[in-house]
Amino acid sequence: MKKIVLVISILLISIATSAQKKKKNAKVFFDVDGVCMMCKSRIEKAALNSKGVKYALWNVKTHQLNLIIDERKIDVSTIQQNIANIGHDTGVFKAPKLAYDNLHGCCKYRDEEVQDDHKKEKK
Amino acid sequence: MKKYILSILILVSTISFSQEKLKGMIMDKNGPKNNQGIYGASVHWLTTNVGVTTNEKGWFNIPYKSTYKKLVVSFVGFKTDTIIISSLKPVHHFLRENNTLEEVTIESKKSATQKSYLQSQNLITINSAELLKAACCNLAESFETNPSIDVNFSDALTGTKQIQMLGLTSPYLLITQENIPSIRGASQAFGLSFTPGTWVESIQITKGAGSVVNGYESISGQINAELVKPYTNHRFFANAYASAGGRLEFNTHVNQKVSDKWQTGLYIHGNYRGQKFDKNNDNFLDNPLAKQVNIMNRWQYVDAQKGWVSFINFRYLDDNKQVGQFNFNPDFHKGSSTVWGSEIKTKRFDTSAKLGYVFPDLPFQSMGIQAAYSNHKQDSYFGLSDYNIQHQSFYTNFVFNSIIGDTRNKFKTGVNFTYDKYDEFVKVGLAQDFDRKENSFGAFFEYAYDNADDLSITAGLRIDKHSLLGTFLTPRLHVRYTAWEKGVFRASIGKGRRSANIFAENQQFLASSRQINIDGVGVGDKAYGLNPEVAWNYGVSFLQGYKLFGKKGDVTFDFYRTDFKNQVVVDWENPQEISFYNLNGNSVANSFQLEVNQNIIPYFNTRFSYKHYDVSTDYKSGNLDKALQAKHRFFANVSFETEKKENDAHWKFDVTYNWIGEQRLPNTQTNAIEYRLPELSDSYNLLNMQVTKVFSKKFEIYAGAENITNYKQKNPILGSDDPFGVNFDTTIIYAPVFGRNFYTGLRFKID
Repeated sequence: MKKIVLVISILLISIATSAQKKKKNAKVFFDVDGVCMMCKSRIEKAALNSKGVKYALWNVKTHQLNLIIDERKIDVSTIQQNIANIGHDTGVFKAPKLAYDNLHGCCKYRDEEVQDDHKKEKK
Repeated sequence: MKKYILSILILVSTISFSQEKLKGMIMDKNGPKNNQGIYGASVHWLTTNVGVTTNEKGWFNIPYKSTYKKLVVSFVGFKTDTIIISSLKPVHHFLRENNTLEEVTIESKKSATQKSYLQSQNLITINSAELLKAACCNLAESFETNPSIDVNFSDALTGTKQIQMLGLTSPYLLITQENIPSIRGASQAFGLSFTPGTWVESIQITKGAGSVVNGYESISGQINAELVKPYTNHRFFANAYASAGGRLEFNTHVNQKVSDKWQTGLYIHGNYRGQKFDKNNDNFLDNPLAKQVNIMNRWQYVDAQKGWVSFINFRYLDDNKQVGQFNFNPDFHKGSSTVWGSEIKTKRFDTSAKLGYVFPDLPFQSMGIQAAYSNHKQDSYFGLSDYNIQHQSFYTNFVFNSIIGDTRNKFKTGVNFTYDKYDEFVKVGLAQDFDRKENSFGAFFEYAYDNADDLSITAGLRIDKHSLLGTFLTPRLHVRYTAWEKGVFRASIGKGRRSANIFAENQQFLASSRQINIDGVGVGDKAYGLNPEVAWNYGVSFLQGYKLFGKKGDVTFDFYRTDFKNQVVVDWENPQEISFYNLNGNSVANSFQLEVNQNIIPYFNTRFSYKHYDVSTDYKSGNLDKALQAKHRFFANVSFETEKKENDAHWKFDVTYNWIGEQRLPNTQTNAIEYRLPELSDSYNLLNMQVTKVFSKKFEIYAGAENITNYKQKNPILGSDDPFGVNFDTTIIYAPVFGRNFYTGLRFKID
């Protein structure tokens, strides 16, 4: 549910902003799946490697990735695609199987056992 | 009891779920409140994908199989640990913070001394815990447990300790207080003893060329002292100290909240030594009679939402020293040639203000402005010689921080302006004024690349226009490369430049019968007619962190070379003269250091270092090794703490050992035979020890002994039998004058 709301809101934001002038320092955020600190550095690196992303901070608790981007150079979906390509699901894009399989054992966020443990701990 | 309940709980859970689980808690070792759990730390079994994260209280609950042996615990900003699990006993594990220090970030409770693995500069941070290892009464004495800085004894009379880095004395270091250049000009000789130890929150030592942001003056390195902050310091703090050497000290801090955003602190320091000692029977006081009152008022403003921070400081110092012959009484003997004595009176007023702004929408962008004014006035006489100096200084600096592209490419840029006015009067035989004004305007740009992984580079360039030194460029470059885990290579190169304050920096010569000799005095509008000092500093270092039998350790090698293009040579080689002249030829300081830090058992740490200095200068009389400089030094520090009880009660033990090798003594061969010294001094050992008993979070007492082996330099004052004669000289000091000394003190704090 939360994710749907997020996706819709992101879509709305991007529609709203594209109608306006593109901002040089736009703050955007979306969810990225991941479990650990290793994921964090991988996700943030992938974000920063996307040209136009100035700042990236991923929160391991909330799974939210906060970005400051130059909208004239990049759009959010490109960044999401880039992050998915290195193995992390984002709200819209699912990571390719090959990329996901390449992740370190502790980063297998789709693994039920790993996920279950997370859910338990979150409650 | 808690443990039993836990194991019962675990038993219950194993029964009810028929699946084994390991329970535990992950805590922050250095957190502001000990034993507080870390929320969101990741815990997984090695080589499996079974992992969990900890809850808000730091607890985790992870499925367990007997084949699982090693549990990996990690959290951002902390060092990842692997724990060996052999039973289902609940795990209580502390994570230690990683050394991810921002340049000016101050953390209150990390390990006592930290070496950065991530900074591009060779940076060592000493925090207040390290400062408590010796009852260091002021900044000059606070380096005694750290091998990167050598503490030397500079003169027999004032007992002032000079510091050295990379084999060069403190004038070649840039000493800043909260990044504002502070101990320079007239305060060079005694300035370090004008900052009370309890005011110091942490010290950052950068070896080699520093950052261009703070100016062009640093040559061998930079020392930055961060003072206690009204927001983070204790609400009330008091420290009292007394030593068998007759020194009494008192410190008190009061911090008070004024409004939601303003906080103020009042810090008062006083020290007094009124007792006369002449243990070596040379008819001279072994230690000066001293009185110091030092008051500081700080204001701190924080508005986190809008991004503004500010500091405003006011400070006043009054320091009096009396030295000389045992019977000297200034009221009767001042200005006469019957009894030799000296008084040094200093009054200093400082004020500074800082304003910083972080753009709330752009966390990577900030700017700051600093302004500082000081008025330093020293009136002194040494026997029949006079030395008076008044130095007024104004400094201001504006810095803007941002990024190029993304946060891996950062830059700092800004401008600064300095104004110094000196009124200097010297009377050694003839009276002479050396009044001058200097001002400089500079602009800098520093680019830093950090791929958040194995490589960081800092490159800076500044241009300055100085009224006496001319217009010049100062380049600096630092590179860090992490070749493998915890194996860090660093290299740096940089240029530095300064105008020497020859009298202020070498005041000890006034307590001798040496004549002054300055080449080129009165020529041009240069300070003392001497050209500015220019030097290049190159350095490489390697740091390797490791684990030996599960205990952490690190080993560092570093090598630095300082190559003077121009130096104001201070020549003591004629015992009747002191000469200042510009270098003609080579002057080089090579420094090699090997340092090993090893943890033996929890709370038991050792530190060993060996240093080799090769410092030589082309004097007029030929190339000579620097006088009063040991080529070889060995250092060891052992610290042990007992486990803390619930009310924080524990014991702390510290032992510091120094072996100082032979030192070349200045040439005295032209003196009459009874006033000659050997070519080399003896090597000697120094041993200091301190015990602290912490009774609770509020109260602790400490006791210690300095120079336990009671080593004393024989005959520290040459010609002490005839202080108005031609052979009188107090400058040749290579070892302690005062023997063994015991001290005790207490600290009381309310948070």
